[in-house]
Amino acid sequence: MSETYTLYNSTVMEHFMNPRNMGDLKDADGVGEVGAAACGDIMKISIKIKDGRIEDARFKTFGCGSAIASSSMATELIKGRTIDEAMSFSNQEVVDALGGLPPVKIHCSVLAEEALKAALEDYVKRNPSAAAKVATTDSVAA
Amino acid sequence: MRQVFLDHQSATPVLPEVFDAMRPYFTEYFGNASSLHQHGLRVRDALKRARQQMAALIGADSEEEIYFTSDGTESSNLAINGAAYANERKGKHLVISATEHPSVMNSLDFLEKQGWTCTRVGVTPQGMIRLDELEAAITPQTVLVAVHHVNHDIGTIQPMREVGQICTTKNVPLYVDCEASAGWLPIDVKEWGAAMVSFSPHRFYGPKGVGVLYRNRKARIVSMIHGGVQEGGRRAGTENIPAIVGGGVAAEIAQERLTQRVAHVAPLQKRLWEGLKLNVPYIQLNGSEPGPDRIATNLNLSTEFIEGEGQLLLCDMNGIAVASGSSCVSKSLKVSHVLGAIGLDHALAQGNIIMTLGEVNTEADIDYVVETFAKIASKLRGMSPMWDEFEHGVIDSVIAPTGRGKSFSQHAAEVSGKPAH
Ligand code: FES
Repeated sequence: MSETYTLYNSTVMEHFMNPRNMGDLKDADGVGEVGAAACGDIMKISIKIKDGRIEDARFKTFGCGSAIASSSMATELIKGRTIDEAMSFSNQEVVDALGGLPPVKIHCSVLAEEALKAALEDYVKRNPSAAAKVATTDSVAA
Repeated sequence: MRQVFLDHQSATPVLPEVFDAMRPYFTEYFGNASSLHQHGLRVRDALKRARQQMAALIGADSEEEIYFTSDGTESSNLAINGAAYANERKGKHLVISATEHPSVMNSLDFLEKQGWTCTRVGVTPQGMIRLDELEAAITPQTVLVAVHHVNHDIGTIQPMREVGQICTTKNVPLYVDCEASAGWLPIDVKEWGAAMVSFSPHRFYGPKGVGVLYRNRKARIVSMIHGGVQEGGRRAGTENIPAIVGGGVAAEIAQERLTQRVAHVAPLQKRLWEGLKLNVPYIQLNGSEPGPDRIATNLNLSTEFIEGEGQLLLCDMNGIAVASGSSCVSKSLKVSHVLGAIGLDHALAQGNIIMTLGEVNTEADIDYVVETFAKIASKLRGMSPMWDEFEHGVIDSVIAPTGRGKSFSQHAAEVSGKPAH
């Protein structure tokens, strides 16, 4: 075969073939694991927080090519963001950064958003005071 | 990179002899079989020859019992809807097996919306139809029983002689979908007492674009495509002459080479499954073991803790073409209904891969696939939270339970807030 055809665009394929941030964080500050009701797949995101910012993020995914690429891209995008910024993270950002996903695969990027939010919630639960501080700083800034 | 085509259930390359036979019917012998002049009469003759070749492949008495359609789906739609409408006055009940091809399943769904009722007979965990249930399902209102010869997903060979006997005793016409078997297993419509049989040449080195429906003279069907009087008035529309001619030649060759082809693929099937079993932990074969109950071309595998689309994509990137019945691969996001009907755990259905062998495959191909697939499975397991959780005793294996942890499905339901389907 002279040409290679791919099911997804080259960015999605690249993230699927060589995912970034794959794995677990040993001393994670927050871990979120969610499942897709649509197809039954599972995604887990672990985050490390330092000074109110996401210092590091890792993922593990049981799912399709889009789900793996979405989790790879999502963990790339959220590194360095404040908790508050990350709280308003949307799957659309992942879709855009990946250069688009087939319509039937949008829910895989939603899984990445949900896993991230579950990790943040876990962090907040574990650190109520830190979370409160973030909230105050933000309200002042706003 | 080595290229290994392991999706012969979806398509096969047209044989050079088949292509040669087709070529003049595109350019020189372009006539329409409905025309009464030389150009028409010549292709009419070619049509007749192709019908004879098709009839010979399935042991039909006469070429007049062969109808050409556009593909297997149209053939099964015509068989089912055609029989349902033709026998409306007699009764409005149909019986099928729960693992039929979507072209059968969805025809039934359609008929149910139009007021017919239908019984889907269950299968064993190997996918074998439950004969006692089949017998019990037939009522005086039943106008058709549809049971496929071989399952398209798991390769299970149905006990057609017994199915045929039940239908003959109950005096109900039997339609047999032979899409997955024609050209690879002997078919004898008379031995089964089949009223109708369908198949497509593109599964045995013929072209796409033509389907075959055998209809016994006694079986009543009405036309579903209305127009001119082609195909004895049972299927209107200009015949796809080149494809029909090619299909006929492919059928003749398939009949000649059937034993030889099976002798080629059967050892490869065993080698592939033995190799995978040995090199990939937590892998399972769905359906029967290679042998008399399974077609020699098919392996349907579940590799635990990883999902099927990822496996398929990585196989493809390594030159290996396979299929999958995982929900992520299907456009409806549902796992193959066949895997559901055999009672396969959702986690295993998600990790499904279908490999179907053909003439081109070699032992070296098989060894490459085994080696590559083992690498793919461990790469994806490295990314899978399920593998991790299995190793930590949070969830258990379905294939080889350790007695520690909860089931994957239970875990999936907990994290998604909904039971997996
Ligand atoms: S995770 Fe199942 S379709 Fe993407």
